[in-house]
Amino acid sequence: MIPPERYDSLGELLRDALVQFKTETALIEVNRKREAARLSYLDFTRAAEPLARRLQDHGVGPGDRVAIVMSNQSKWLVSAYAALFRGAVLVPIDYKLTGPEQVALLAHCRPSVLVTEYPAFRSMPGLEVPLVLVTEVPEGTDLSADRSGATVAERWEDTPSDRPPPDFVPRARSDQATLVYSSGTGGRPKGCILTHDNYLEQYRTLTQLFPLRTGHRYFSILPTNHAIDFMVGFVGPLAGGATVVHQRALRPEMINDTLRRYRITHMAIVPLLLEAFERRIDEQLDTRSPVAQQAFGALTRLNAALTLGRPRRHLSRRLLKPVHDAFGGHLELLFCGGAFVDRDRAQRFYDLGIPVVIGYGLTEACTVLTVNDLNPFRADSAGRPLDGVELDIRGADPRTGVGEVWARSRTVFAGYLDDAEQTAEALHGGWLRTGDLGYLDASGHLHLVGRAKNMIVTAGGKNIYPEDIESAFEGVPCDELAVFSSEYLFPGGALTGERLVAVVRAGAPDDAAAALRERNGRLPDFKRVRGLLLWPDAFPRTASMKVKREPLAEAIRAKLDARAIASI
Amino acid sequence: MSTDSTDAIHARLLALAAARFEQDTSALGPDDDFFDALGIDSYRAMELLTDVEEAFGVEIPDYELQGVTTFGALATVIKRRL
Repeated sequence: MIPPERYDSLGELLRDALVQFKTETALIEVNRKREAARLSYLDFTRAAEPLARRLQDHGVGPGDRVAIVMSNQSKWLVSAYAALFRGAVLVPIDYKLTGPEQVALLAHCRPSVLVTEYPAFRSMPGLEVPLVLVTEVPEGTDLSADRSGATVAERWEDTPSDRPPPDFVPRARSDQATLVYSSGTGGRPKGCILTHDNYLEQYRTLTQLFPLRTGHRYFSILPTNHAIDFMVGFVGPLAGGATVVHQRALRPEMINDTLRRYRITHMAIVPLLLEAFERRIDEQLDTRSPVAQQAFGALTRLNAALTLGRPRRHLSRRLLKPVHDAFGGHLELLFCGGAFVDRDRAQRFYDLGIPVVIGYGLTEACTVLTVNDLNPFRADSAGRPLDGVELDIRGADPRTGVGEVWARSRTVFAGYLDDAEQTAEALHGGWLRTGDLGYLDASGHLHLVGRAKNMIVTAGGKNIYPEDIESAFEGVPCDELAVFSSEYLFPGGALTGERLVAVVRAGAPDDAAAALRERNGRLPDFKRVRGLLLWPDAFPRTASMKVKREPLAEAIRAKLDARAIASI
Repeated sequence: MSTDSTDAIHARLLALAAARFEQDTSALGPDDDFFDALGIDSYRAMELLTDVEEAFGVEIPDYELQGVTTFGALATVIKRRL
C-alpha cells in the first residue's frame, strides 16, 4: 500500500501505484458468466495513456471538466484515471438517471469531454459537449447523426495509440479533484466540489481501519459514480494494489457465480442488497431438514459467542461453511452504506461470520464520517468518527441529547458549484450541517434518529428531495398538497422505513388518494409517495405563496404522530 | 396464435412470475406494474429476469430495462430480442 501523505493529488498517487504494482491484476471484467477482460496494472497504464493523450490533444488541462456516464466497467476506471492524469476535474454522473436528467447535469457543469456508453449516448437528447468519447458503438453506426454541431462524437476504441506519451499535470492538494452531484432527480442540481485533499485524507483515514491491498479482490456493483464505490472500488483498491472485479449484467445468480469464481474478499452494497442476501440464506435454510436447521442455529450461536470481541474469519468459515460457500468462501467484509442499515440484519450477518461494516457519510463529506471499527462490532450505531473528524450535536434536546449532526473534517467539501445559497446553508465556519438528527453516546458512537432536513434516502441509496418531485402531483384533486419525508415529519423512527408522505388538505380525501395512486403508477419507484396524511388547516405560505414547510411540519407534529400516516 | 406474439409472451411472463413468487397472476394485465402487482423490489425483479432470459433464450442488456416497469413493456423488450 502506498502512503497517501506524500502525494498532492489523486493522479499522482494512482500514477505511482500503477508502476508499483505493475505485475498485479488491476481489473477483471465479467460479462454474464464469461470473462471479458483482465488488465494488469501495466495494461491499465497502457490503456489509459492514449486516452490521456487524446484529452491533452483536445486541450484538456488543469481544472477542465471531464464527465463520465458509464455503468460499472473497466473503462470507467481507465477513463477516470486518464482525466486525473491530465489534471482535469472528474464529473462522475449516475448512469441510472434518465437521459434528459443526465443532459441537465451536463448543461449545469459544462464539461469539455464526456466519456460514455452508446446506449446512454443514444438517450441524451440535445446533448452539447465539445467532445464525446463513446464505447460499445455497434458496427456501422454513424455517430454524427442527429447531433448538433456543438458535439463531436468519437469511438472510445478509436483513440490513436501512435501519439507521443501524454504529459502528466500536477495538482495541489487544495485543487478540485471531482464534481459529484448529490441529487439529480430533477429540481436544483447540487454539484459538490471535492478537492484532492478531501480524497487523500479520506483514503488515509479509511485505510487505517480497512486497508485494501494486493491479494484482495473487490467486487464493484454499486455505481462507481457514487461516493462509496468511488473510494472502495476505484481509488482504494488501485492505490493499494488490489483487484477490482466488474460484472456487466447484474443478475443474482451471476453475482454468486462471480463471488465464487473470483474469490471475492470485499464488496460494498446498499441495504436493499443485504436484505436480498439474507433472503437467499433463508431460502437455502428452508430446504434443509429440521435437525439440520437446529444444528445450524446452534453453530450460529456458537460463532456469535466466539466472535463477540472481534471477527475470526477462519473459524467462522469452518463453523458455518455452507453460508460462507454461498458467498464464494473468501468474503472478508461487506461495506454497507448509502442508506440506513437494519440493525438486526447487520447483527445476523456478523453472527454468521460476515462482518457488515456500517458507516455514515454523505457526498458533501467525501465518503464517510463515522464507521464501525468492528472492535467490537456494534450494530446499534453508525460507528465512531474517523481520525480527524469532529462531530458536534447542535441544538441538542437536553433530555435526549438528540440534535442536528454537524461535522468538521479535512474531508468536508468546498461547496456547491455555482450555488452560493445552498453552500451557505450547508457550510458554517468550516462546519458541515448534515441535515441528519442524532446523538453521541458516552463511548463516542453516533446514533441517527431522523432528518432535520426534508429528504429521504431510499434503501437503494438514492437521495430524494420531496420539493423536487412535488410537481409530479400537480392537479391531484385537493385544496393543498405538500410532500414530506416521513422521518422529517416525525423523527424517531429507525430510518430504515423512511418514505415520502403527501400532506393533503382535501374535501374529498378518497378522490385525492385515488389520484395519488394513479400518479404513482406513472412514476419510477423512488419517486412514489407511500403515505397520506390528511390535514384540515390551510398551509402556512410565504408572500410568494410557497409552502412554509417547517411551520407546517411543526403544526402537524403538535397535533399528530406517525400513526396518522395512512399507507397508499 | 404464433408463439412470439406479444400476447403469448405476456402469458409466459405471467406464468414465470407466478412460479417465481408463488402468486396468482391470472388477473394481471400488460399495464400492471410488476413491482406493485407482485410486491417486489428491484433485486427480486432481477431474479425474475433471470428466469425470463432462460425461458426465452435471450440476453437482455441492463440498459434496455431502464424504465421498464410493466409486463407489457417487458414483453416488448423480449419480443425485440427474439
